[in-house]
Amino acid sequence: MTQPLPELGNAIAAALPGDVLSTQVSKGELVAIARPESIARVLAFLRDDARCQFRQLVDLCGVDFPERAKRFEVVYNLLSLKLNQRVRVKLAVGEDEPVPSVVDVFPCAAWYEREAWDLYGIPFAGNPDLRRLLTDYGFDGHPLRKDFPLTGLVEVRYDDEQKRVVYEPVKLIQDFRNFDFLSPWEGMLHGDEKAKTSQ
Amino acid sequence: MSEAEIKHYSINFGPQHPAAHGVLRLVLEMDGEVVDRADPHIGLLHRGTEKLIEYKTYAQAVPYFDRLDYVCPMNQEHAFARAAEKLLGIEAPPRAQYIRVLYDEIGRVLNHILNTTTFAMDVGAITPVLYGFEEREHLLAFYERVSGSRFHAAYYRVGGVAADLPAGLAEDIMAWTERFPKVLDDIETLLDENRIFKMRTVDIGIVSEEQALAWGFTGPNLRASGVPWDLRKAQPYAAYDQMEFDIPVGKNGDCYDRYMVRIEEIKQSLAIMRQAIEKMPTGPVRVDDHKITPPSRAEMKRSMESLIHHFKLFTEGFHVPEGETYTAIETPKGEFAVYLVADGTNRPYRCHIRAPAFPHLQGIDFMSKGHMLADLVANIGSIDIVFGEIDR
Repeated sequence: MTQPLPELGNAIAAALPGDVLSTQVSKGELVAIARPESIARVLAFLRDDARCQFRQLVDLCGVDFPERAKRFEVVYNLLSLKLNQRVRVKLAVGEDEPVPSVVDVFPCAAWYEREAWDLYGIPFAGNPDLRRLLTDYGFDGHPLRKDFPLTGLVEVRYDDEQKRVVYEPVKLIQDFRNFDFLSPWEGMLHGDEKAKTSQ
Repeated sequence: MSEAEIKHYSINFGPQHPAAHGVLRLVLEMDGEVVDRADPHIGLLHRGTEKLIEYKTYAQAVPYFDRLDYVCPMNQEHAFARAAEKLLGIEAPPRAQYIRVLYDEIGRVLNHILNTTTFAMDVGAITPVLYGFEEREHLLAFYERVSGSRFHAAYYRVGGVAADLPAGLAEDIMAWTERFPKVLDDIETLLDENRIFKMRTVDIGIVSEEQALAWGFTGPNLRASGVPWDLRKAQPYAAYDQMEFDIPVGKNGDCYDRYMVRIEEIKQSLAIMRQAIEKMPTGPVRVDDHKITPPSRAEMKRSMESLIHHFKLFTEGFHVPEGETYTAIETPKGEFAVYLVADGTNRPYRCHIRAPAFPHLQGIDFMSKGHMLADLVANIGSIDIVFGEIDR
């Protein structure tokens, strides 16, 4: 018998006071906000508690919000085969603030944490092998941060004289174009702010 | 002479290796012929898909999904289309849902044919791959007839599918599902009880139920370990709740079970394809909201409003209200999901792609520990990895 999501969320929040800051259900998905320091405890509870049994960590990823004080969000998606339900645990961390690793709770987190470190530069304290995962050997920077340019910083070509591949700073023949699409279109969700400001 | 101390040594496997299924570089620590540690170096095919999607409109993001797991392109478009539809609060019309089921299952057969036969090739059998690829050509022809392209279909759109099935296509797919079991029988005759094939696969790379869950295995690799879990049954999407099919489950979780689960899934997919064609309702294939889907060509010739809609849609695209969703579907390799964060503009703020083969490849280390080098090749073949989606 599966519990309705709001009750499950309340049960989780009640069982872990101080660790889980809030729970809510949006678009039919249960979201819990956790304190970064207690993330391993929260995930272990979700995995082991009889009401939860979220035995699979299916996904872990970072999100970047540069305008926030705590810049990064780390998102853990868990799946319970028993209850046939999912829960999403989120936490917010600032730049260079380490997040405790959850490798001891879910071994599959190892690569996901490496990926988040590689792409966002979120350090995971306790991950035994926090190397870069997806980017090039010797890559500099964290490409999925919002302030990292889409075109990247270096380009490679084969140099016939040196007989090897060389790395050079990106030279764009044409300036990078980023169109502002937020134009007025009545009836759209975005309203027509521009029309108002131009008056 | 005293007993010589044999040092562990490391070897490079790939990234150019026919059994690496793409650009996998494995750094292996070997104890003689036995694998002590396998350290996959991935990212050689990293194209920054997630970053690129952040700079594209929602409609422009769809073709990137064809290029992830290029063995079954449309299944992944499905995940993105569903995620965007969820945030928009719309639902594709019933006919589109059935077309999606039909093409998801074609994708599943495409994927499983490729995986089972190339897996057989990795462990020494050449013929199945020749049989299998001929049938894949037929299926890719069905892709081409509906979308104009064999691989990069971009056929599923937010709000439905790009176009209705052309006349005669459903009959041809039906005829193919009648014809194909004969070929599948031939492939099975070559492999199922083949002594060499069984010696190379049975009891190799055993994954227990505990391990499969802890390491994030999904799809056939999880089912081969005895967990009857399939999102098409557990959390039905599209028109899967209208379909009758079984979930094959393995017993031992070894390479042979993973192969057998996939073969059985092909048979179930054929049954689903037939049901989808038989039960397919008539009607529109896109939602009738021209803020999201383009108007028809004929309307554009007559109506100024349609012309404006068309123009706005293909320049600016549509805006998706603020919100986030983790939407998962069952692709042939396992749970493929899109974690989509929308900020109210016409572009995704964040689009994380959960690729099923990513945790599977991570598991190659524990699966191969203590096995021979040749068994590692069988393990790689049996977990069904494609680098387009692992590296993203």
